[in-house]
Amino acid sequence: MRPFSYQRASDPDMAVRALSAAAAASNPLTKAAAQPLAGGTTLIDLMKLDVMRPAAIVDINSLAQGWSAIEPGSEALRLGALAKMSDVAAHAEIERNYPVIANSLKLAASAQLRNMATLAGNVMQRTRCSYFRDVSYENCNKRNPGSGCAAMDGVNRMHAVLGTSDQCVATYPGDFAQALVALDAMVEITGKAGTRSMPFAQLHKTPGNTPDIETMLQPGELISAFSVPGQWPRSVYLKARDRQSYEFALSSAAVALDVQGGTIRDARVALGGVATVPWRAREAEALLKGQKFDDGLAQRVADAAFADAKGRQHNGFKIALGKRVVMRALQQAVTMEIRS
Amino acid sequence: MTAAAPEPKANMGQPVPRYDAASKVTGRATYASDMPLDNPAHAFLVTSAIAKGRVDSFDLDDARAVRGVIDIVTHENAPKLKESKLFSNGGYAGTTIQPLKSADIAHDGQIIAVVIAESYEAAREAANRVKVSYTAVAPSASFGSPGTTTAAAKGQNAQFKEDPQVGDFARAFDEAEVKLTASYDTPPQHHNPMELFTTSCAWMGDNLVIYEGSQYVYGLKNGVAEQLGIDADKVRVVNPYVGGGFGSRGSMTPRTAIIAGIAKRLNRPIKLVPTRDQGFTITTHRAETRHEIRLGASRDGKLVALRHEGAEVSSRPDAYCVGGTKTTTRLYACPNVASLVSIVRADRNTPGFMRSPPEVPYLFALESAMDELAVKLNMDPVELRRINDTTVEPIGGKPYTSRSLMACFDEAAKAFGWSQRSPQPKSMSDGDWLIGYGCAATCYPTQMAPSAARVRLQRDGRTRVEIAGHEIGTGAYTVIAQTAAERLGVPLDKVAVFLGDSELPPAPVAGGSNSTASTCSAVMMVCDQIRQRLFKAVMPSDSLTDKAKETVGLSQAPSTQAAKSDRPLDIEKAFDALGAGVVEEYGEWKPEGAPLDSFKAMHSGHARIVGGHAMKDKIAYAFGAEFVEVRINRFTHEIRCPRLVGAFAAGRIMNPRTARSQLMGGLIWGMSSALLEATEIDQRNARYVNDNLADYLVPVNADVAGVEVILLSEQDDHINPAGAKGLGELANVGTNAAICNAIYHATGQRIRKLPVRLENIEA
Repeated sequence: MRPFSYQRASDPDMAVRALSAAAAASNPLTKAAAQPLAGGTTLIDLMKLDVMRPAAIVDINSLAQGWSAIEPGSEALRLGALAKMSDVAAHAEIERNYPVIANSLKLAASAQLRNMATLAGNVMQRTRCSYFRDVSYENCNKRNPGSGCAAMDGVNRMHAVLGTSDQCVATYPGDFAQALVALDAMVEITGKAGTRSMPFAQLHKTPGNTPDIETMLQPGELISAFSVPGQWPRSVYLKARDRQSYEFALSSAAVALDVQGGTIRDARVALGGVATVPWRAREAEALLKGQKFDDGLAQRVADAAFADAKGRQHNGFKIALGKRVVMRALQQAVTMEIRS
Repeated sequence: MTAAAPEPKANMGQPVPRYDAASKVTGRATYASDMPLDNPAHAFLVTSAIAKGRVDSFDLDDARAVRGVIDIVTHENAPKLKESKLFSNGGYAGTTIQPLKSADIAHDGQIIAVVIAESYEAAREAANRVKVSYTAVAPSASFGSPGTTTAAAKGQNAQFKEDPQVGDFARAFDEAEVKLTASYDTPPQHHNPMELFTTSCAWMGDNLVIYEGSQYVYGLKNGVAEQLGIDADKVRVVNPYVGGGFGSRGSMTPRTAIIAGIAKRLNRPIKLVPTRDQGFTITTHRAETRHEIRLGASRDGKLVALRHEGAEVSSRPDAYCVGGTKTTTRLYACPNVASLVSIVRADRNTPGFMRSPPEVPYLFALESAMDELAVKLNMDPVELRRINDTTVEPIGGKPYTSRSLMACFDEAAKAFGWSQRSPQPKSMSDGDWLIGYGCAATCYPTQMAPSAARVRLQRDGRTRVEIAGHEIGTGAYTVIAQTAAERLGVPLDKVAVFLGDSELPPAPVAGGSNSTASTCSAVMMVCDQIRQRLFKAVMPSDSLTDKAKETVGLSQAPSTQAAKSDRPLDIEKAFDALGAGVVEEYGEWKPEGAPLDSFKAMHSGHARIVGGHAMKDKIAYAFGAEFVEVRINRFTHEIRCPRLVGAFAAGRIMNPRTARSQLMGGLIWGMSSALLEATEIDQRNARYVNDNLADYLVPVNADVAGVEVILLSEQDDHINPAGAKGLGELANVGTNAAICNAIYHATGQRIRKLPVRLENIEA
């Protein structure tokens, strides 16, 4: 770890000012000289590894009073950026009306981490690519643009099969973001110019030729809230992984359905553990709309979801696995009992 | 009694709580890096980013500019150290690759510089700022990599003396009614003990104190002295507690003498705390292995031919191997046996001991093959073991001192509910989960080594036991205290035990599961010396040896003994007669069959371990049987193991609580070894990829739903005075095979390569 200055922001203005002051010259966000500190479960880790080397840390935990509310409503669910993962996961109304959100949080990390980590920090969590996290490898386009990618032909069992480029195959590691992207969530962003909103699905950027730019967030901007329109009691988060807890997904699916009289009126499918960003399988879910569910349909949906997938030496299994996870998640969503 | 403290059966001690339990749970127990140092400087390692080649140059300007940096040590200015031989060649070292000796790099993560600074943070920051230019050469990573060399182990490793064989394997196999040929692979693994590989060194004049978690303080003391070229009596190694060993701290690693040398030069105590990932390359690991097993049997299941060929990866200079054929060729009755062990050299750091070094990989192969044979024979795998059970090992015809293998199978099978198994593969399920049952045998050699002890008894019963043994989490303090209390007849709470200090009487390496048998036998002998002195003081005319054996302990009130023919020793009278307030005895014990130079070697840090298959006219092993239930998700193919049941027999169980705890940990590790643990190697550059506890998977609580340990009563009077067989490395053997056997039962798929992951399960 390298020396850094530490500053505690007492309100959003102060946080934005502090983050903007040092940030102006240092784009992209991942290399900005000032970084916000919330739960710290990713940032401190990456600083110890010398992957992130911010000169200044702006502690935004004091903003929690205004930014951590959990507000279920009949029109939309609003979640403060600094709400703790554990608090949201255990919230009775979220468990009832948004099981996909509650379960994506419950199945993430460990109890200790969920108690520390915030929602916004979680969606901004950076990839677990071993080569990205090991600075003794020069060739990482995410860390050193233009240097190449060690993972492409290295040990890439955990890497992505969707949304990759010839520059980067690093997997987006989180779970909660899949639920947000599936449910058409909006993300509220606070910056110098005030507050703006955009679809959460537009927050993360696929690597393309600029794997170092991971999100649309600009230096000096903070996520302040998420909002999820509607209610999705018929929703599932299914996660396949090497061990039973405290492990990243090899493949996961966030599925939400609106079924009336046996007909699927609306359907959402998002994929985790297999893509470079929180991945919405829109073409696949389109197949579901207006249909009656059966296993053949589930298979066609799963095939569509992975139609463009590209496996590498060690991760090709994720395509077949991902399809089975989608199918099973759809089956579970169709047959689940809805608590009224 | 509770699950954690099982009711003692015949020939078992009391399940007393751990001697050090309160210290550990309250954080009072001091580990090596907790030891206070006077004004220490802090060291941080810089390790190589290539596996083969050389350092061309360092750019140290940025690093030196960090405030608080005192010195940066590279091969250009490192303290000169003498070479140390590999432990298997009569030395102390786990590797002969000596970093900082030249610019050459022999493996990934080799130490190439040490930054010394006023604080840990400054040292770490400066280390991050060291820039290195390398000339890299394409390395050989592992099996199948270009540039590896392969040769028979026999002749290159002094400790691998023979490839066991008997009869005529080729002919018997050729003529066998039922045959099996199968190959098996096991991956590299790392110990990852909780305590990092720290080292602190402080000089007082010419005397050096080393605080380092070690499984062999006498070995480390002598080894470091040799490398520094100083008298071993000037070196002291202290570690009252070790935060897990598992073999990783059994032999000396290069870091210790390097830190000692730098501390001497700077005339200041130095504390090194390496990172978790550095621990993957600055110590040892379990090497990857490959096996081919051939079994021939008659239709009724009798083995007629067995061949086990094993290959293991080692480093370029060191012929380390575990050679588990010494056990797999002797486990079952079979008249025609052949074997061969080879060593494959690659550009890797030298592997070393890891919990049950030979048995974990080699019994995986044999116990998987036995299950495959049972399938071919359409026979219950338990019955196949029963048919081939033996009281005599087949290679030399020597009798087992005791062997409760089938009793273990029967007890464990009953507790597990083996009879509920429907033998057909893919025949059991529960909702989304396919269910499989599997079993395997485990065994581990009973080993002993010379050990000394000093015991002091005061007239009020207070007792002090001193021995340079090791508390690596196994319960050494506890069983040594129990042994002394029982032998002297003093209350347990009056016994104080001192371990983990090379100033104390020498004990062997805490390896090969020899510690309990060795140290407790020595303590028993020295306690007897004390009793004899006391007895002699009051009854000088009596036959001392006989009377001493009958001596009544101090805790027993004389009145309760009045009816007995032998009067109790009146301890007050004895001390008065002796004219002393304290009796202290020192003694050196050696097991039957130990070589002539045993005691000399013991003092110079060489443990002359005897036992197992190498005894003159007998063979001594502990045995067990393990049953597992696996569940495989039909959709995700996730593999879980909700039930592990093991029954074990290991001679006298000194303390059922600590024994159960070790065996339970072993079963969990065995499961981990089958399903989770593997060090991934990037084949292009021979570097470890998942060198941290987030990516090197070990089980979490949710993976361990049910573990049941059954301790069988067993008496063995042919092994050592304590009557104990080592069991620390018994339970993690065979579990890997049991799990693969259960996976076969669940899916019909035979998997012969570890670890088994969801992508290995076919649709």
